Amino acid sequence: MRTMSVADRTRSGVIAEFPDAAAGTAAKPAAFETRELSVFYGKKQALKGINLDIDKGEVTALIGPSGCGKSTYIRCLNRMNDPIPGCRIEGKVLLDGMDVYAADIDPVELRARVGMVFQKPNPFPKSVWENVAYGPRIHGLAATRAELNDIVERSLQRAALFDEVKDRLQEPGTSLSGGQQQRLCIARALAVDPDVILMDEPCSALDPIATAKIEELIDELSGNYTIVIVTHSMQQAARVSDMTAFFHLGDLVETGPTDTIFTTPRDERTEGYITGRFG
Amino acid sequence: MATSATSTRARVAATLKRRHRSEFLFRAFGLAAIALSLLALATLFIDIVWRARTAFVQTTITLEVFLDESIIDPEGKRDPAELRRSDTQTPIRAALRERFPEVTNQGQRRELYALLSGSAPFLLASRLVREPELIGQRIKVDLLASDDVDMLMKGHISRDLPPEQRQINDRQIGWVDAMVAAGEVRQPFNAGFFTRGDSRDPTTAGVLGAIVGSALTLLVTLALSFPLAIAAAVYLEEFAPDNRWTYLIEININNLAAVPSIVFGLLGLAVFLNFFGLPRSAPLVGGMVLSLMTLPVIIIAARAAIAAVPPSIREAAMGVGASPVQVVFHHVVPLALPGILTGTIIGMARALGETAPLLMIGMVAFIVDTPKGFTDAASVLPVQIFLWADSPERAFVERTAAATLVLLGFLVVMNATAVYLRRRFEVRY
Repeated sequence: MRTMSVADRTRSGVIAEFPDAAAGTAAKPAAFETRELSVFYGKKQALKGINLDIDKGEVTALIGPSGCGKSTYIRCLNRMNDPIPGCRIEGKVLLDGMDVYAADIDPVELRARVGMVFQKPNPFPKSVWENVAYGPRIHGLAATRAELNDIVERSLQRAALFDEVKDRLQEPGTSLSGGQQQRLCIARALAVDPDVILMDEPCSALDPIATAKIEELIDELSGNYTIVIVTHSMQQAARVSDMTAFFHLGDLVETGPTDTIFTTPRDERTEGYITGRFG
Repeated sequence: MATSATSTRARVAATLKRRHRSEFLFRAFGLAAIALSLLALATLFIDIVWRARTAFVQTTITLEVFLDESIIDPEGKRDPAELRRSDTQTPIRAALRERFPEVTNQGQRRELYALLSGSAPFLLASRLVREPELIGQRIKVDLLASDDVDMLMKGHISRDLPPEQRQINDRQIGWVDAMVAAGEVRQPFNAGFFTRGDSRDPTTAGVLGAIVGSALTLLVTLALSFPLAIAAAVYLEEFAPDNRWTYLIEININNLAAVPSIVFGLLGLAVFLNFFGLPRSAPLVGGMVLSLMTLPVIIIAARAAIAAVPPSIREAAMGVGASPVQVVFHHVVPLALPGILTGTIIGMARALGETAPLLMIGMVAFIVDTPKGFTDAASVLPVQIFLWADSPERAFVERTAAATLVLLGFLVVMNATAVYLRRRFEVRY
């Protein structure tokens, strides 16, 4: 196995060779299926033929060292790579069987179904209320002000933020603490009622207490939402995710239930990374 | 080991002195440069204020005038149009003769009449239009003194000069002194400077026409260049594909900002006046020419402001499903607005001070009436300053300075507005 090239192993190797990983995905309906997904930034290939299924209603963690393509991968799922000049995508991404990159797919509609939370909390420089209300408003989800208020309140409650901000809904979102800002961003994503929430290292700019709250929140949200989380923290992946995928240098090295990946990794590189020998 | 460490330190110490000296020199140069520019600015400003100070008062002579109805309104109809043209000069001259009964010589009487501004009868006539009940009465009137008397009172004509070298002779000075002694010469605030248009007679020349002309011209400039510049900047920054054509357009916009302004004037003359046949000297055309000039300035400022909006905000909006246009108009433009407004006002301030392109489209004409619309003939403040600076009368010197002060005042107000708007719309993220 060590003699095989990295690319070969990903394409034909790990998933096919270890049927339990594939069996896991077969048992549950997949929210996303990616087939032979390659991404190029100009001449540089960032992802090399990724085949990965993301299960519905589960938390999937993407781990791997910096520059391995996790963020590129997650951004393909809601076409956030589209505006990047020189970015080219090959292969297929299917959401509930529908090709996300098909010509008749409107990325605006897609992003309403697939919400995203970013590495650095990025609330709009508007009030807390406006931040959450923005999505429903542009998508026309509320007919009246009262309905919109309902959506805002419900979203803030689901993001476990309502009690902390209920008296300061008109204050700027940027005046909240870092952890609160990130939960506000989650509430903003939840407000458009997405099926999937993508989280790109949502805790990397937060302190441990704020991180714990976000993780708790992810735990609560799982089941109702399909969550894909990119993380640098092994412990975080182990704590919050049901499935884990390990990326390395643009390859998907190994994927499977989180317990299996962390206790009995099949690939040497996975083991090396999670035990801290490199990364 | 220890020796090498000591020698290293010795070398550092040796260079330290040199480094400190060069830092001291650099700071000294910087301070000197700032002091020099402040000095130049202060000199300029003090000079203008000093020259302009006397323009804000105007010498008047109080005379008791009998407003004889048989001369002013012989038909007694009190028709405003007739009253405006009525003969108020005869009663005023009679009042002067009455004040100085000892002057009987025809030539000396002419010198006496010359104490009053040639515009004095017209001003009295327009007062009678407003207050026709005064006709037939004997009233005390403040009449504008001639520019020579005004200059004498303000000290701009020296009494020590030999009489043949000054505009006003000894006899006239004697009369003025007599009236000063009697308290009949006053120097009230020169409100006319702000309420009248241009005039050949310096005593009645004012800046209102030029101010209104400038305002109308800038309004056209703003209405044309602001939306166009924002549209161009947003398109280039957010939507345009990154190819050779965009690059070419970018270079040309940057070059346009550096084109001498008179070239835009020539373009305006050739295209707007000769080809499209738009009216000459009109604020509409002036504004169009000036917007050619300000467009690139605003586009460049707006692009810089748009590019400075953090990408995280765009991603956030895109992430909740905002369409590209919604991303731009709900988030990017509002955040870039302070920068865009600052650039706009700087461009407008430049347009306000611009003369050369307006000369080409005929805004250099002598225009007495205050323009009432965008197609009326008009002048603008800098052109007014240019025209007055060119006039031979001594009394225009102070007016030139005063008009410059008015122009500077508008520039300060505009820049202050830019600062205020930037503070007002600035959002921290």
